[in-house]
Amino acid sequence: MTQEEEIIVIPGRWDLPFRHTAGRVASRFFHGLKAKRILALRCPRCQRVLMPPRPFCERCFQPLDDWVEVGQQGTLEAFTICYARFTGLPDPPYCLILVKLDGADSALQHLLGEVALEDVQSATQRIQIGMRLEALWREEREGGIKDIKYFRPVA
Amino acid sequence: MPRRVAIVGVGLTRTSSHRADVTYPELVYEAVSAALAQAALEPKDIDAVTYGSMDPFDGVFAPERWNVEACAGAGATNLPLMKITTGGTTGGSTALAGYYHVASGLFDVVLAVASQRVGETVEAQLVLNTAIDPIYERWLGGGAITIAALQAVRHFWRYGTTEQDLAHIAVKNHENAQRNPYAHLMRMLTVQDALQTRLISWPLRLSDCCPSSDGACAIIFASEEQAKRITDRPAWVIGAGQITDNYWVGDRPWYEDWDSLSLLARRVYRQAKIDDPLRDLDVAELYNAFSVQEIIEYEALGFCEKGKGGELIRKGVTTMEGQLPVCPSGGVLCTNPIGASGLIRVAEAALQVMGKAEGRQVPNVRKALAHAWGAAIGFHTLMLLSSDVP
Repeated sequence: MTQEEEIIVIPGRWDLPFRHTAGRVASRFFHGLKAKRILALRCPRCQRVLMPPRPFCERCFQPLDDWVEVGQQGTLEAFTICYARFTGLPDPPYCLILVKLDGADSALQHLLGEVALEDVQSATQRIQIGMRLEALWREEREGGIKDIKYFRPVA
Repeated sequence: MPRRVAIVGVGLTRTSSHRADVTYPELVYEAVSAALAQAALEPKDIDAVTYGSMDPFDGVFAPERWNVEACAGAGATNLPLMKITTGGTTGGSTALAGYYHVASGLFDVVLAVASQRVGETVEAQLVLNTAIDPIYERWLGGGAITIAALQAVRHFWRYGTTEQDLAHIAVKNHENAQRNPYAHLMRMLTVQDALQTRLISWPLRLSDCCPSSDGACAIIFASEEQAKRITDRPAWVIGAGQITDNYWVGDRPWYEDWDSLSLLARRVYRQAKIDDPLRDLDVAELYNAFSVQEIIEYEALGFCEKGKGGELIRKGVTTMEGQLPVCPSGGVLCTNPIGASGLIRVAEAALQVMGKAEGRQVPNVRKALAHAWGAAIGFHTLMLLSSDVP
């Protein structure tokens, strides 16, 4: 080949439909959210209250069936504020959090709302690990994790 | 008892944000033919193949099928081939699989290959997001970057690590990458430059995040008898292992420490009779996809106490001139063909031990450590290589 030929690039795309069962446990959790209740499962052996609820405890390898209601307030364990736009992900800026609800032994991943995020300096002064947060419910709840609109600082 | 095993040949490809000059099998061929050439072996000398890639970054499911012919003509010679996928540790697990094949006594010469075309992934974060469960967590926009950012926020909060510390990590890796012809990002970076790059996810800036790369890597593992016949200076495996942490991100919010990696390191150091890693190791290739992770890895791997990782980089201990150079290659921070990156760490460590790391060679390397993490920081692999027969 004496001459450099243009390399041809072939476009590709996956658009594959799936259906995922939420199963018995997450379904009950989601129905609870619809009624503004946050439910978790306690392990009969290690006594940990697991959030989000799951069908078995991996440490004790026991099935879980002991439902307990946990608080709608909790403590901020960790956070990040995402400023980059990624297709299919929330519009930036958004604040991803881990919040440990009162009465639970593990943290729930969710979003933080009602804090201005545009200026990182002021946002990171306002958002502090250990701060108290509370759930804000959506008016229209459909039985899913988004029934909690976000968590916000306790006034 | 496992048999003694050594690495006798390594092949790397050039990497970039899109190797449009080669098809996928050609990219793999580039790595495999380089490894065979370095070991002066023919495809017929290979007894089995372990192959790693992280579906579906390439946009082709199970690319081991497409790449069969590039794996030393495995289809033509009817070799056994085993596919491995364990997230970011895919390459590390593929190395372990190659090692275990030989250590078991069932195979004498095994080719470990890992490849990834993240450059053909138009939206890498979307693909990463498919790895998150669809019931509770996928909708949140979690991904590798946000999880690394959670680690950074916690490390800042607990130990007082700063954005400047992260910038020093980025600068060190970019400087090293300039000496590595197989690196993707090869640009000058100063601390000031790094701190002016845009915020991706607080506190991580663009300079704290790895690129999306096309690349492949191949390593040949051989039994003691074969290794001594093939080369005078192989890299002996003196310790290796993998560890798994739990699935639920919220069950382990203590992101400032990487306890699972500490536990794995203790297991592997025991095998390799390493008492003081800072003193006993000569070089380490760590999976630093995000700058803060290199700092946490220093601590988890026992190079310093918890919380002192920032001090280690500030003192220059892990630069090329320091006591323990970390990532002479520039690391994952400068080159990330995801499924291949863990195998590249092992390859770079092996090159250092074999004295074949060219412009990025650390003088007189006797022991080198290779690490990978994956699965939303739930998996780690380690492999320890030595110039001395164990």
